[in-house]
Amino acid sequence: MSNQLPPIPHDTAPITMPADTAERIARYGKQGAGPTSDAVPVLEARDVSKYFGRVIALEHVSLSVRPGEVNCLLGDNGAGKSTLIKILSGVHRPDSGTMLMDGEPVVFQSPRNALDRGVATVYQDLAVLPLMSISRNFFIGSEPTTGWGPFRRFDVAAAGRTATNQMLEIGIQVRDPSQLVGTLSGGERQTLAIARAEYFGARVLILDEPTSALGVKEAAIVLRHVIRARSKGLGVIFITHNVQHALPVGDRFTILSHGRSAGEFVRGQVDQDELLRLMGGGDELTHLARELDQLMAADAGAIEAAAIPDEVTPTSPDAPVTEVEASESAQD
Amino acid sequence: MTTASATGEDQRLRSVSPLRLFLSRPEFGAIVGAIIVFLIFAILSVARGDVGKGFLSIQGAASYLEIAAQVGILGAAVSLLMIAGEFDLSVGSMIGAAGLLLGLLIVQYGVPPTIAIVLTFAFALAVGAFNGWLRIKTGLPSFIVTLGMLLILRGAGIGFTRAITSNTIVSGVNANTANDPIVKLFTASVSIGGGEFKVVLLWWIVAVVVATWVLTRTRFGNWIFAVGGGEQAARYVGVPVHRVKVILFMTTAASAALLACIQVLSFGSADVLRGTNKEFEAIITAVVGGTLLTGGYGSALGSAFGAFILGTTQLGINFVGINSDWYQVVLGAVLLLAVLANTYLLRRASGSR
Repeated sequence: MSNQLPPIPHDTAPITMPADTAERIARYGKQGAGPTSDAVPVLEARDVSKYFGRVIALEHVSLSVRPGEVNCLLGDNGAGKSTLIKILSGVHRPDSGTMLMDGEPVVFQSPRNALDRGVATVYQDLAVLPLMSISRNFFIGSEPTTGWGPFRRFDVAAAGRTATNQMLEIGIQVRDPSQLVGTLSGGERQTLAIARAEYFGARVLILDEPTSALGVKEAAIVLRHVIRARSKGLGVIFITHNVQHALPVGDRFTILSHGRSAGEFVRGQVDQDELLRLMGGGDELTHLARELDQLMAADAGAIEAAAIPDEVTPTSPDAPVTEVEASESAQD
Repeated sequence: MTTASATGEDQRLRSVSPLRLFLSRPEFGAIVGAIIVFLIFAILSVARGDVGKGFLSIQGAASYLEIAAQVGILGAAVSLLMIAGEFDLSVGSMIGAAGLLLGLLIVQYGVPPTIAIVLTFAFALAVGAFNGWLRIKTGLPSFIVTLGMLLILRGAGIGFTRAITSNTIVSGVNANTANDPIVKLFTASVSIGGGEFKVVLLWWIVAVVVATWVLTRTRFGNWIFAVGGGEQAARYVGVPVHRVKVILFMTTAASAALLACIQVLSFGSADVLRGTNKEFEAIITAVVGGTLLTGGYGSALGSAFGAFILGTTQLGINFVGINSDWYQVVLGAVLLLAVLANTYLLRRASGSR
């Protein structure tokens, strides 16, 4: 490991902040202007850290969600979003810090354990199983049964009925509950998973990038159901790296950058540009813009000279293009 | 299906024709294939003037149904395992190994047949559980794990049998089992219209009915689909993925032991090479029956029609006077056609909106 990259310590990773944001943080503190309501958070991760070997996946991060609130968890790829939701949903246990439900400390033994306590997670790729029917998907792991003893069986009729009704309620007409989920669109699959979570009494809905693989219209369908879940009094943690999807639905924005909290804001305190900058993309975007300008200039010069330049090296030596990747590889 | 009428309210469901529903069933291809294969051999038989004899006789039906039943028992269990996304290549040599164990226990050690049968099943279940455990613990593909077990069982069967009896066949099993009522469960037969129908047919029907019932009408069946369709997704919603897989590996091993008991007790002898290639026939049966090679989709009922195709082809070729050298060619072609048809049907079922 002699030619190791110079370490990029997480805690000193620069988070460029415009003056007005810095001023706001100075005034309100990093936690924003306080809770949107006085309610006790239904789910809270307090000062949690998670390490994978020497890699710091998450350090001293806090996040909370109250009933009827949408907390958008924002961050670039590799910011630690996935690790945090795996902690919230019971896949990982934090190395330090506490998890609380309704203000009481809890330990989730497994995803199923979290689900039983009312924390339902809808994963981007793992939301539904495309080769199974709608009614079977709806009840995986919680199948209704009828009959007794060895003749206890999966109540297919009841499952089909419930699934059809629930799908109808979220605005999807199912012509046949034994239809494969693969026949539904991406947005419909995500909403099926949301409807399923609501039906089974979820109090907290964790949505992992539900809109990132979807087109504009499809994403709108999902966002509508995020708001619907919120108005039903569920706490929603909405993970995304798409600020445009977060802004219209979020009551609170928690920003992760390089495994650390980069601030928490309530609705109205921040705008799109500021969120983007805080996500750690701003600095890189500035560099990128400068780099692209240079390229354009070089290109224009080349056209003027009617010659193709042999070498184009507009990258400044300190361009942090690989910062994110480097921070993910092994380091001290 | 019955949803709209069952709730008694207008749910604005478009009514789906039963034909359309049938078309989107996984076993549709196998049913059509079974009819086509049967008709081809029937027409060839009629062309030879073989009406009422050979393929088109009751005795002929009893023969090809017996072959179908033997592979069908395995196919029902193997299709469940394949829907859960795993393979078991060791079923073929398990037939050999379990048969030898049963034969040696009865002939060499004088164990009462009932106890010998129980011990044989216990051995198979233990090997099946070990297959499942190894698959889960090592994370190796089940293809490799059970390929290893295929070789181990086959080799150990030959090695132990030769060491104990200095022979590769254990004969004389039915000398002291003929009147045992439990043994009758595996050897009985009934004569209907000149054809001798063996009890193995009944076992086949039971295996297919139970497998279909478990798959489509129980929680465990839903878990089988879920485990094969997406292991991680299934685990996150609380499906005991490992337990499901181990139970299914035990089921395939038990189906091989059942077939071994039927064969050894009927023929009165155990042979080290018995069951050779049966693992592939079982997989063919499942795949022709509409089970997806990659898991998550399929049918146990379909495997019955797959087994029927296999049985009719194997004997039909003889009956219509084609050299049986061509059996594997025909079987291979049937397999390819079935997979193409099933892939097309699955795409229709999952892609049509």
